[in-house]
Amino acid sequence: MLRIDNLSATVADKPILNGLTLTVPAGEVHAIMGPNGAGKSTLAYVLGGRPGYDVTGGSVSLDGQDLLAQEPHERAAAGLFLGFQYPVEIPGVSSMQFIRESLNAQRRARGESELSGAEFIRLARAEATELGMDVDMLKRPVNVGFSGGEKKRAEMVQMGIMRPRFAVLDETDSGLDIDALRIVGAGINRIMRAPDRATLLITHYQRLLDVVQPDQVHVLAGGRIVRSGGPELAHELEREGYAEVA
Amino acid sequence: MSLLAHPTRKDEAYRYADLDALKRAWSDLANAHEIVVAAGQRDSHVLLANTEAVEVHRARIVIEAGASLDLFALNGATEYGRIEVDVTVCEGGHFALSAANLGGGKATQEIVTVVRHEEPNGTSRQTVRSVLGGAATGSYLGKVAVARHAQKVDGEQSVKAMLLDRGATANCKPELEIYADDVKCAHGASVGELDPDQLFYALSRGLDPASAKALLLEGFVLQLWDEAPEDRHEELVEASRALLRQVVA
Repeated sequence: MLRIDNLSATVADKPILNGLTLTVPAGEVHAIMGPNGAGKSTLAYVLGGRPGYDVTGGSVSLDGQDLLAQEPHERAAAGLFLGFQYPVEIPGVSSMQFIRESLNAQRRARGESELSGAEFIRLARAEATELGMDVDMLKRPVNVGFSGGEKKRAEMVQMGIMRPRFAVLDETDSGLDIDALRIVGAGINRIMRAPDRATLLITHYQRLLDVVQPDQVHVLAGGRIVRSGGPELAHELEREGYAEVA
Repeated sequence: MSLLAHPTRKDEAYRYADLDALKRAWSDLANAHEIVVAAGQRDSHVLLANTEAVEVHRARIVIEAGASLDLFALNGATEYGRIEVDVTVCEGGHFALSAANLGGGKATQEIVTVVRHEEPNGTSRQTVRSVLGGAATGSYLGKVAVARHAQKVDGEQSVKAMLLDRGATANCKPELEIYADDVKCAHGASVGELDPDQLFYALSRGLDPASAKALLLEGFVLQLWDEAPEDRHEELVEASRALLRQVVA
C-alpha cells in the first residue's frame, strides 16, 4: 500500500532523511520508533507534503500512485491522513465547519457526492461519542482552548470521520493520560484495522503499542531505518534503549 | 468636519484617502447619518459599503447617558470606500464598533473614527479587522478623546490586518487624547500574513489552497459579526464571504 524507497529529504538544506526504505502493506500497522532528532516528524511531514521539507531523492507511492507528485490536499483526497504531533488551533472556525468542508472537498475530488449537513452531524456525533468526546466541543473553534489530550482525541475524531486509507500518526500518544491512551488506541484499531487500510504509528513509547499492536516495528536513526522486527522489538527498545538496539 | 472644501492630504483624517475618487463623489455625498441613542436605550446599526466602486458613509452618533450602541461596518468598496463615524459618549454610555476592510485590486478602504468620551464612566470597544490583497490599501484611523472631567472611562482599540500580497498595505493609527487622569485606554495593533502552520493543517485535511485560505480568513473576520442583530447577521456574513473570495482569487 505505502512504499517508501530510498527517500532522502532536507529541511533548510540540512539532510534529515538519508535513504529511508519502508513498505507498509494494506491491512497492517507499522510502528516507527527512534531517538529525538532521528527524523520521525520529518518523515511524517514529507509524506504530508509540508512546504520546507524538500525531497532530494527516492520515491513514495500510495496504492501505486506517486505521492510526492501530489499537492497536500490531493494526498488527502487520495486517502492519506496526517495526525499531527501538535494539532493546530484555528480561531474563528468551528471544528464542525472545518471537518465538513475538508471532507466534502475530498469527496468532490474523488467524484463522490457531498455529505449534507444532517448526514455530517450524525457522523460527527457518532465518532465523537466513540472517542469519549462531547460533540459540543466540535462546535468550538478548531482545537482552541483544548488540552493536549483533547487535541489528540479531536485528531482521532477527524480521522474517524474522514476514514483515510492510510494514516500517519505522529506521536498521537504524547500528552495522553492512561485512560485517554486506551480510548485513542482503541479508536485507531477501530478506524484503521481493516484489510484495505494501513497505518504508520510514530511513537516514543511502548504504551500505545500495547493497545495498538503493530505488525512490524522499525527503528529510525540518522534518517534511515536501521532495524526492523516484530512487536518484540519495541519491548527490547523499551528495556535497553536506542543506543543498544540501533 | 466641514464639508465646505475638499479635504486635502494635510487633513489628518484624510491622510490615506483616495482624494481623486473622493472628489468625484463629493458633490453627491449624502449627509451624515444622525444617530441618537436615547438615555438608557440599547441599539445597533449596520453600515455596509459593498455595492458601489466609490462609497462614503458618515455617521454622527450621540450615545446618551446609560445608553449603548453596537455599530457594525463592512467596507468592501472596490475603488474607494470610507466609513467615518464621530461618536459622542455620555455618562455611563457604551459604544462598540466591529468593522472590516476587505479589499483587493487597487482598492483604498478606510475606517475613520472619533470617539468623544465627554462624561464619566463611558466605555468604548473598537475592533477592526482588515484583509488586503493585490495592491489594496486598508486604513484605520481611530481617535479616542477623553474630556477633563470624564473619569473612569474605559476605551479599547484592537486592530489587526492580514496582508495577502506584497503590494498590499495596511495603515493603523490609534490616537489617544486624554485630559482626565483616571481612565483606561488600551490599543493593540498587528499586521500579519496567513499562518503557515494553519494553512498546512487545512491543506492536509483536503482543502485546496484557495478554499483553505478563504476558510482561515473567514475565521479571522466573521467573529466580528457574532453580536450583530439577528436580521442582519446573515447579510454581513454572506457579504464578507463574497468579498473574501474576491480578495483571495
